[in-house]
Amino acid sequence: MWDFQWTLQILPDLLGALGTTVQITLLGYLIALVLGLLIAIARRAPFFGTVLHVATEFIRTTPLVIQVVFVFLLTPAHISPMTVGILVIGVHYAAYTAEVYRSGIEGVAKGQWEAARALSLPARRTWGAIVLPQAIRKVIPALGNYLIATFKDTPLLIAIGVSELLTEAQRIGSASFRVVEVYTVVGFLFLLVSIPSAILLRRLERRYAAV
Amino acid sequence: MDFLIQRLPLYLDGAWVTIQLTIGGCALAFVLAMFFGIMGTIRHWLPRAISTVYVEVFRGIAALVLMFWMAFALPQLSGFRLDDMFAAILALGLNVGAYGAEVVRSSINAVPKAQVEATVALNLSWFQRMRLVVLPQAWAQMLPTFGNLVIELMKATAVVYLIGVADLTAIAQNMRESTGETVIAFIGAFVLYYLIAQVLIFGMRLLERRANRKLGRTPPRGGGMRLPFKPASAGTTQAGGI
Repeated sequence: MWDFQWTLQILPDLLGALGTTVQITLLGYLIALVLGLLIAIARRAPFFGTVLHVATEFIRTTPLVIQVVFVFLLTPAHISPMTVGILVIGVHYAAYTAEVYRSGIEGVAKGQWEAARALSLPARRTWGAIVLPQAIRKVIPALGNYLIATFKDTPLLIAIGVSELLTEAQRIGSASFRVVEVYTVVGFLFLLVSIPSAILLRRLERRYAAV
Repeated sequence: MDFLIQRLPLYLDGAWVTIQLTIGGCALAFVLAMFFGIMGTIRHWLPRAISTVYVEVFRGIAALVLMFWMAFALPQLSGFRLDDMFAAILALGLNVGAYGAEVVRSSINAVPKAQVEATVALNLSWFQRMRLVVLPQAWAQMLPTFGNLVIELMKATAVVYLIGVADLTAIAQNMRESTGETVIAFIGAFVLYYLIAQVLIFGMRLLERRANRKLGRTPPRGGGMRLPFKPASAGTTQAGGI
């Protein structure tokens, strides 16, 4: 039934692919963090903000996998699937993090804005020294949730053939006709990453909730 | 435009499969969420432990990995094959149910303690307390997050084409292959996904309003029926994380 020898044999390949998966996750998440913040700030502009809102709403209500495939089909062939995957995941989650940042920014007390204005701070200092430090601190746990969500969305890059965990598993499976071990190990590897990160996140939540 | 109008029936077939998956997944997720969520609020450690294991395991594994396991590993392991559609619904339901269970648990725990104490004072049984006092209040609290989960589930159905179910994404891919029109073929699917999401958001808003009205919390006047049409914000403010 379960072949341990075989499991040990495929483990190095799968662990290597897990490395790729983590790499995709971190790069995509980095894009989401930066781009999301920019979107959240730009959304306060009168006209452009509305356009951005509609665009992010559209990104959020359509599936990531079809977005990935669509963009992949439209990009020139010399751009690697992995780059496309990272970019699309990054932009998709930026639509979510923008909403998180926005709630943080709206949570900053009105008096803080007024004080910055009374001190006639330039816009850059108002945002950089007054608003964002308070806003971001409050939303760190919510942002952390999206790191785990990003990680769990990487397997769908199998749709464009990025060699992440699930693609690698499928390759091993179809070459050997033994799929039970491969897919079960992939499941466990997912748990191996997401359960500790969930625990870490809970600790983070407690720490920032206390302030 | 002609392109899409001619092929609309095909797209609608795909959308219908997506809707079936969404409804099936939601039904399963709802039952699992209620069952394991309520189990997570029981004082004895054993039901609580079972609930935690369910939540952590099925929240931790990506729905697509679960789907592959059920579609490809399970037949080799047990000798019998699940229908692809059923495997997809099972995987989606188990995955989203785990998120839902966490929502149910935290909403029940958020019901003010005095409410529970009052039911004890009135000598209500556990079932009466849950059905008459705790759940109606927790329900109103759960609904906004459930709304987000429903959208997430609908979006997650798009991966089923990878195990061979002919959903909306599969239709878009077929259209592209048969006509070579990448942009138009995909826009058709994007628009339908967007419309399905808007209908779901609208439905969840109505449910929310009804739940609040039943608790005597009427929404501010003047909104009327137009209130549910306010700009939608799907998939934000997840409690417990997705």
